[in-house]
Amino acid sequence: MTLLLDSIEAVAEAVREGPRVLPVGAGTKPALSSPPAGDVVALDVSGLRGIVEYDPAELTFTALAGTPVAEIEGALAQHGQHLPFDPPLRAAGATLGGVVASGTSGPGAFRHGGVRDFVIGVRFVEGTGRLVTGGGKVVKNAAGFDLPKLMVGSMGRLGVLVQLSFKVFPRPRATTTLAFELGSLEAALETVARLGHGPLELDALDLEPPGRVVVRLGGDPGALGARAERLAGLVGAAGPERLDGDRDAATWQAATELAWVPDGCRVVRAGLTPRSVPALDAALRAAGARTRYSLGANAAWIAWPDDPPLARLDAALAGLGLAGMVLTGPPDRQLLGAPRGGAFAARIRGALDPDARFPEA
Amino acid sequence: MPRADTEQREPPAGSAVGALRSLGLGPRLLTSPAALTAFGSDALTAFHQRPEAVVLAETEQEVIDTVRLCHREGIPFVARGSGTSLSGGSVPVAGGIVIALNRLDRVLALDPDARTAVLQPGIINLDVSRAAAPHGLAYAPDPSSQSVCSLGGNVAFNSGGAHCLKHGMTSNHVLGVKAVLPDGEVVHLGSDSVEPIGPDWMGLFCGSEGLFGIALQITVRLIGVAESTRTALAVYETLESAGEAVARIVGAGMLPVAMEIMDALAIEAAEASVKPGYPKGAALLIVELEGEREEVGADAARLDELLRASGATQITSTEDPDERALIWQGRKSAFSAVGWLAPDYIVQDGVVPRTRLSEALARIGRMSAEAGIRVANVFHAGDGNLHPLILFDGSEDGAVVRAEELAADILRLCVELGGSITGEHGVAVEKRAFLSLMFSDDDLALMRRLRHAVDPAALANPGKMLEPAPAPA
Ligand SMILES: Cc1cc2nc3c(=O)[nH]c(=O)nc-3n(C[C@H](O)[C@H](O)[C@H](O)COP(=O)(O)OP(=O)(O)OC[C@H]3O[C@@H](n4cnc5c(N)ncnc54)[C@H](O)[C@@H]3O)c2cc1C
Repeated sequence: MTLLLDSIEAVAEAVREGPRVLPVGAGTKPALSSPPAGDVVALDVSGLRGIVEYDPAELTFTALAGTPVAEIEGALAQHGQHLPFDPPLRAAGATLGGVVASGTSGPGAFRHGGVRDFVIGVRFVEGTGRLVTGGGKVVKNAAGFDLPKLMVGSMGRLGVLVQLSFKVFPRPRATTTLAFELGSLEAALETVARLGHGPLELDALDLEPPGRVVVRLGGDPGALGARAERLAGLVGAAGPERLDGDRDAATWQAATELAWVPDGCRVVRAGLTPRSVPALDAALRAAGARTRYSLGANAAWIAWPDDPPLARLDAALAGLGLAGMVLTGPPDRQLLGAPRGGAFAARIRGALDPDARFPEA
Repeated sequence: MPRADTEQREPPAGSAVGALRSLGLGPRLLTSPAALTAFGSDALTAFHQRPEAVVLAETEQEVIDTVRLCHREGIPFVARGSGTSLSGGSVPVAGGIVIALNRLDRVLALDPDARTAVLQPGIINLDVSRAAAPHGLAYAPDPSSQSVCSLGGNVAFNSGGAHCLKHGMTSNHVLGVKAVLPDGEVVHLGSDSVEPIGPDWMGLFCGSEGLFGIALQITVRLIGVAESTRTALAVYETLESAGEAVARIVGAGMLPVAMEIMDALAIEAAEASVKPGYPKGAALLIVELEGEREEVGADAARLDELLRASGATQITSTEDPDERALIWQGRKSAFSAVGWLAPDYIVQDGVVPRTRLSEALARIGRMSAEAGIRVANVFHAGDGNLHPLILFDGSEDGAVVRAEELAADILRLCVELGGSITGEHGVAVEKRAFLSLMFSDDDLALMRRLRHAVDPAALANPGKMLEPAPAPA
């Protein structure tokens, strides 16, 4: 069952009374947003939609949580601004609230940080049905507990997001992409580590295993050519493929939309350390999964096939001390591997949702 | 003019000191009044409370054991790094003890390939960058107090600094924290990865002002040192026009690494102490660009154009490391330098939208004139984070109260303009009465519920942030 809600008061009421609830925006990450049990109903908050406030000169905006990210990006683009972390699945309809609740960031997070680094304010309905506010609307703020960050990655299970404030950045005036074939995972990882060190400031640094490293540069149009040459020189591999204009845009659009994920696979997002990649990659290959490493080998997008069971990925991640979040497929599992938090997580969850009005992850 | 202003509590049953002796710390358990007095205040000296005892911890286990003992005996505790809090964060609570962490100052691991480091909480902020320097790396958040403040204190307050405009605050650079909760349970929050998975428990711990327990290990990310840096100084005839210039630069889509403003009083103080040789004027705007050679070169031309168009009467710039160092030394020593202008000061750190900086500065100027109290301004202009230094002489009758009234009016102004009561110094004791300007009863009730869930006995840093402020005397 799904309840369609278009006012904050209605959300509060639904959380207070009736069956247990789980918010859903556009449903692009169904493993998180489909009700996992018979006694839980979906709260469709996609009607809570619209930009409340956008001040281009201030580089901040506030929008209702059900607003599609694409709508926001459109408004920002008119003023040469953007959310630099490439919110994933925006073309598929992802809402701002869904991006925050899943904590997902795209390739552009490499340079300036991810969704947690850009959210500055939040309003949400907590488990007792009260509307609460955390953070604010200015780019810097240390007053009170950092609730905006807490809600990043909360999977709709700590509260129903109704409104969010973000800081934004100027959009680079020009971008270009270089792709290098390094031949092996080892060589690709070595290059990723070297590039991560500087001096070039890269907008994105992805690795398509086994050996393809894809790098995006953004900035002043006049400086871009010289920077691309420096980048090629730094990597040293012969003949990088240079992707300009539409091809540059299409490359990152495909990554952001997970266009490469084969049908029938489940998408899992994992947090990594570059050092953990060889062992993880071996396990993924053995299972027939496809993978794209992002953020300088600090994150993986994993397309996990129907068989072997997801438990195998769970075990592989746990064995490496890593954690993953399942985004697509049935809502049987949300977190895999070794997520952190322990007693602190349990106590905070209990305080936000004392009557277990939201399902647990 | 010290006042015991933290929550007055009944001293706990039995003696705290007696119980602590069982930890076998020997001379690292301080109990003599003379030794304890030194731990009674932080950098906001208006608040003072002598603790019952101080534990000079040398190991993680000692911190854990002390917290467990406090939990068992019901003894309130306050963690202390370097004691440079400007809001009363590390002031002890009556009947409580201080757990001093400054001896836990080691680099536990540093991975230059992953660009991460694992550190003990008592390490000095600048020492993290020093340890990273041989690898061409640095730790980005740079509070002006970076040569003395501790990383644990930075995490507790989500501290910022001049270069946080581009790089972000402490919380944007901390990946993981190992912490002991107020009942002695040890937890791991965050991870070693730049990419967090699941609810951001670590993000909640950061900036919680010591109310959720004590950080024992902190994993941070390091950044590559920029190959090119250019620092411009622009002089303005009024403080408001310098504020206007900041709004223009932000609005033009530039992303300097730092944008700071100093007014005439702050410049005077800096010249009296560090002698940075700043150009003379009513207001000085410091704008730093950093990054790749080609990018900095292209941005520099745009910046100079913007500065000229904004009415700067003089513009100079430098790429010389020694000249830069002196510029920043002048800026970063400004707080201590105002000691040359007045015996006492209160510094506020409210935030306003950057588009309203100039308006805020003009109004603070008028408020200062009306109150007859001098206010020096030296602040992180790029993110609208004001630092009005309210100058007074505490030996004059009623001077503290008048200064505090002006400080309160400035905080109200920040909130009225759509900003915040604090950008980086935290709420702690000083601003707890003002939190309700920004948050509703429901908001504050939830924050209290979170605190209560983690620390039902209210032993970790009680009396701070969320406690109702005491009624005015
Ligand atoms: C001259 C001067 C300039 C300053 N400039 C800046 C600036 O530019 N930006 C800025 O943000 N701040 C600035 N500050 C404020 C201050 O330096 C910061 O708040 C700093 O982070 C405090 O660190 P500390 O080690 O001194 O912490 P302390 O004062 O010892 O403690 C601060 C708080 O942190 C808690 N704490 C300490 N260690 C831990 C731990 N391991 N775990 C949990 N809680 C802990 C304490 O209980 C206390 O509540 C300045 C201060 C001075 C005096």
